[in-house]
Amino acid sequence: MVNVLVCIKRVPDTSESVLLTDDAMAVDGRHVGYTVSPHELCAVELAVQAAADGGTAGVVSVGSGDAVEQLRDALAVGVQHAVLVEADDAAFGPADVAAALAEVVEAGTPDGTPYDLVLLGNDAADTGDFQVGIRLAYALGRPVVSGVSTIAVSDGVVQTTGAGPAGTEVFEVPLPAVVTVMEGGVAPRYPSVMGRVKAKKAEIDTRTPSVTPRGNGRVRLKLPPEQPSQVVVLGEGAAAAPALVDLFETMGVLTK
Amino acid sequence: MAVETDETGIALTSLETLTLARELAEPAGVPLHALLFATTEPPTEQMLGQLGEQGVATVYITAEPRLAAYAAAAWASAAVQVAQAVSARVVVASGTPRGGELLAHISARLDVAMAANVTAIEGLAPFTVTRQVMGGSVLEEMRLADSPAVFTVAGHACEATPAAAVSTPVVTPYRPTVEDADLVARVVRTEAGEQDHSAALSAARVVVAAGRGANGPDGFKSLLELTDLLGGALGVSRVVTSLGWRPHHEQVGQTGVRVAPDLYVACGISGAIQHWAGMSSSKTIVAVNTDPDAPMVTRAHYAVIGDLHEIVPAVNDEIRRRGH
Repeated sequence: MVNVLVCIKRVPDTSESVLLTDDAMAVDGRHVGYTVSPHELCAVELAVQAAADGGTAGVVSVGSGDAVEQLRDALAVGVQHAVLVEADDAAFGPADVAAALAEVVEAGTPDGTPYDLVLLGNDAADTGDFQVGIRLAYALGRPVVSGVSTIAVSDGVVQTTGAGPAGTEVFEVPLPAVVTVMEGGVAPRYPSVMGRVKAKKAEIDTRTPSVTPRGNGRVRLKLPPEQPSQVVVLGEGAAAAPALVDLFETMGVLTK
Repeated sequence: MAVETDETGIALTSLETLTLARELAEPAGVPLHALLFATTEPPTEQMLGQLGEQGVATVYITAEPRLAAYAAAAWASAAVQVAQAVSARVVVASGTPRGGELLAHISARLDVAMAANVTAIEGLAPFTVTRQVMGGSVLEEMRLADSPAVFTVAGHACEATPAAAVSTPVVTPYRPTVEDADLVARVVRTEAGEQDHSAALSAARVVVAAGRGANGPDGFKSLLELTDLLGGALGVSRVVTSLGWRPHHEQVGQTGVRVAPDLYVACGISGAIQHWAGMSSSKTIVAVNTDPDAPMVTRAHYAVIGDLHEIVPAVNDEIRRRGH
């Protein structure tokens, strides 16, 4: 039995296009909608699985009130309770988010028992800071494993696996611990109709952090210059094969 | 600068990062120190040659047995000890999984800010960098006011070029203090199986990549043949790994591997931002796609319009016919 807290972040869904706000300080998500990163979808799935045998799974997000949408998505797939830490995204840097999350971890579950395991995505899809989970671990004085694909909890130990340079790396870390997740080890489930109904009615525990933010150092955002298309179409179908092989020969990639 | 090694010697991404670090150190008149990271093996002559080409003054190595099994916190502690001994003003690593993890630990231990995936230094006073956010589809100008400045360098953001004056790095063994608490999270064993070939993919000069157009797990035979004929590596788009057609470590993109080959052959890949983020640094991009308006086609250098299952086998036959 294990109490798990999974941390998620509402981010603009930029899979199709990216627009900046007029002041170039943020990505404008109004027309593309919002989501959470694939890593976090996997972290939510792992949290639900880890808590399946009588434990609890909670979800937390630090950010605007709109993040309730993403918290409800997690509730719809089996997470039991949700905490929203209301904060100004623009003012909070990665160290500030970690500090705000640490407050939630230290407060424990709704019935006051401690969280044994905290899961996060390896990196947020928008700011790509690659550090919140690790900073959180230091704030809590807990060990941290980064970039894992699978977890298994038994006898107060979390065993993780993840791809390393020489094969699958296995860690066995005593709880309490922090683990950051990379997609690839588990398939996130889809919400059931019942799950959605339950999530819609669930209460979101909204809190205010006591963190004085240090900020994120952002000066401005810019889009890389879009190049006009200069594509050379070599042909259509199998008939274009000789032209493509000519190109490979010119480039010298066919050395044999 | 924390340097990673692989089967080629010093990892390509580390050489790129050394070039950027040198361009920062040289005008400031400060030496470039390298720390061999995540290995307790001594550097080979070839590695020392590569470090010398990058103008490294000193290379710090450790044979500390307690660091033999990878533990990020313990390596971060060791790196902090070296950084403080040399009064480092800037601490960098490449933006690989290991490099990013190390620097996040270091910045947490030193309680300083960290910038991930830097592509350029914009200014020194105040210290300002440009870095990739939104998976590389947006650039952020970010101020790094803390000292030391801690940042990772995005893979293939800059080219590894040799220094004007080749140096002979002084090899300096060190023995860090290792706390038990920093060894709690360490690799207890490495299993064969899901080997992460991402370093080889990341460094490949030719990448043959496939997306949804492969049509299923059985659709890769001709693509693997072409990969072999071109002496390259196979990459795939996110949809391919999400559907379980190929292993995750072959995924190129924002949540996968970043590549920058001389030639990228994108077969049946539409070119979503998530994928483009991982391969936009490729020197020559060839798209094979049924849709002439797909972003991958319009942004490619060359394109062949049609079904990859007709085109790729024909290309393989043509290569063999010409005796390659």
